[in-house]
Amino acid sequence: MEVAHFCSTSHVVIVAGKGGVGKTTVTAALAVTAARAGSSVLIVEVEGKSGLPTMFDTPALSYDELDLDPGVRARFLTPDAALVDYLETHGMRRISKRLIASGALDVVATAVPGMKDILVLGKVKSLDESRAADLIIVDAPAAGHAISFLLSPRGLLDAVRVGPINKQAADVVALLSDPARCQVMLVTLPEETPVSEVIETAYAIEDRAGVALGPVIVNQCFEPLPAGVTASVEDLMNDAEACGRFVSEREAHDLVHAIEFRSERHAVQHEQIERLGERLPLPQIELPFLFTPDIGRPQVDALAGALACGIEAL
Amino acid sequence: MTLPDGGRIASLVSEHEVLICCGSGGVGKTTIAAVLALEAARQGRRTCVITIDPAKRLADALGLETLSDAPSEIPRYRWDDDHSAKPDGDLAAMMLDTKSTFDRLVTGNATTSEQAQRILENRFYRNVSGALGGTQEYMAMEKLHELHDGGQFDLIVIDTPPTRHALDFLDAPRRLLRLLDNRIFRMLMMPTRAYLRVASVAVQTFLRTVARVVGSEAIDDVVAFFRAFEGMEAGFRDRAVAVEALLAAPETGFVLVTSPRRDAMEEAQFFARQLDRNGQSIDALIVNRVHPQFGDEAPSGLRAAAAELARAVDDPAAHRLAERYRNLADFREIAELERAHVQGVQARVGATTVAYVPYLSRDVYDFSALREIGSLLFEPADSRA
Repeated sequence: MEVAHFCSTSHVVIVAGKGGVGKTTVTAALAVTAARAGSSVLIVEVEGKSGLPTMFDTPALSYDELDLDPGVRARFLTPDAALVDYLETHGMRRISKRLIASGALDVVATAVPGMKDILVLGKVKSLDESRAADLIIVDAPAAGHAISFLLSPRGLLDAVRVGPINKQAADVVALLSDPARCQVMLVTLPEETPVSEVIETAYAIEDRAGVALGPVIVNQCFEPLPAGVTASVEDLMNDAEACGRFVSEREAHDLVHAIEFRSERHAVQHEQIERLGERLPLPQIELPFLFTPDIGRPQVDALAGALACGIEAL
Repeated sequence: MTLPDGGRIASLVSEHEVLICCGSGGVGKTTIAAVLALEAARQGRRTCVITIDPAKRLADALGLETLSDAPSEIPRYRWDDDHSAKPDGDLAAMMLDTKSTFDRLVTGNATTSEQAQRILENRFYRNVSGALGGTQEYMAMEKLHELHDGGQFDLIVIDTPPTRHALDFLDAPRRLLRLLDNRIFRMLMMPTRAYLRVASVAVQTFLRTVARVVGSEAIDDVVAFFRAFEGMEAGFRDRAVAVEALLAAPETGFVLVTSPRRDAMEEAQFFARQLDRNGQSIDALIVNRVHPQFGDEAPSGLRAAAAELARAVDDPAAHRLAERYRNLADFREIAELERAHVQGVQARVGATTVAYVPYLSRDVYDFSALREIGSLLFEPADSRA
């Protein structure tokens, strides 16, 4: 599939997955990929502290949009700020300040579960309606919470049967359940626990929240070693002799250990990727393991390239 | 790189009565909590681990099939199959059931069983108790306090829930108090008291406006809840104060779990600052999933060797060798970068003890793997091969 076509399949892509799998990294890579294909992108961060400013070397995000990169903007969306926005545009400016200052929002949000989520998703919906960007990417909360985040509009439709919140919930459900407007991109790692969790999350999102699922992104995959590159000292010494290079015993030991480690991890990963494919009938896109603990601009670019290749192969 | 100091790490589980494992999502908090509990039990302490959301296979290993309100003992043969642990230790585990813990708290504090019933049946209460608005964190701390008070265990290790803001659990007791103290909702309970009737008119107006937005049913539930709660605040307040005191007590230790990745390290520092602001400090920093070193050669030299070998034309042996050098260079590079992060963070979080858990080539979900990590953490480096 062409990247430009993929990026215009849905206006809103929600990137979701367990904590630590690289949601924000994938969000950044997808944004750069889409921008390269000519789309304007808006990234919406909904919780915690965003890693995006470190990746793009920009100031911290706020409720106002910030330019991250050519064609890529980003902003935060908090329930409090979304509520003020909502009340102000619905002629209730006077109570908005009081609701927040008195702490009543917390009580009301507890009384009406999903209230905070609907405020955030409602704002995403209005950003979509006003065509704030060709593609809006939402960096969703961590897995367990992502399910309730996406389920809350349906829950609210039952809990609040009349009034503006009901309408808001209905509008958000309409957005979420229309594949032309919205899809979820799940991110996982090729390891036992994240794979099990992503399978569970995928079924919960599709069956219970009724949101369309895009390809699953399998992050941090080791590329296979070329044939003949084995974890055997003997093979190594034979190769060294054949090409006339001296390799010390100590170096041979390190070289072989590193190959051994990589082959073992690769085997574990391969097994998990197979299991994911069997249990979850969704296309997969593998992103390479980058040998660095830092995700900065060069890493985002490398992953964006890999993501584009993955999309083209779909 | 500094190697783990087995001696000091050992005192972590032998000297504390409570250990709180915190850290950002995906760094392996639950696993580390289980490792620490297992080690304490092996040292002969009666230990309980409270987990919030364990991965299925780890839950199975710990014998945790369902959420529960009380710890269940793990049969000794399962965690000490070779009889190498000290005899008087016990190991118990529980997977926190937020709702039933909260129900018990209400029942225990209610003045009459009718009052308890009114609250338990209230829809607002059911939302509050269903793991919303920090309730999970608060109930985790509540359960911790209850078990600590009960005296059945020498050590309780608790895993903290993944939260939007990593230290929500520290703030949880106060948050519930804030909810109960909320001016507007406190006034809701006042109409029965004549002298506040005036204030309540303004409140009613405000609530009617809120009801226009969220529906009046929700507001009715809230009002009913706060009325039903009358007379119980004192008990809840005492409890919250006691939980806070336990978190600040010297017998409570904080274990910060992180990975050597930059984002996790940044969060670890953020954590340390937050804890410091609360007057607490990190007793141990555990850096999980550190890549092995694979010798000490500089990545640049290895890369140069790979490049030179790759230049050979029509020489598959040279290309295979180049691939091996490139691979070692990659691993050496990540190992060095990780260690640089770790060195920096060690000073910045001010942890007394820092320990490393290497990246294992398999996933951790049974007692033998927990033991393996435990021995990497607790056995002094020089006693290992």
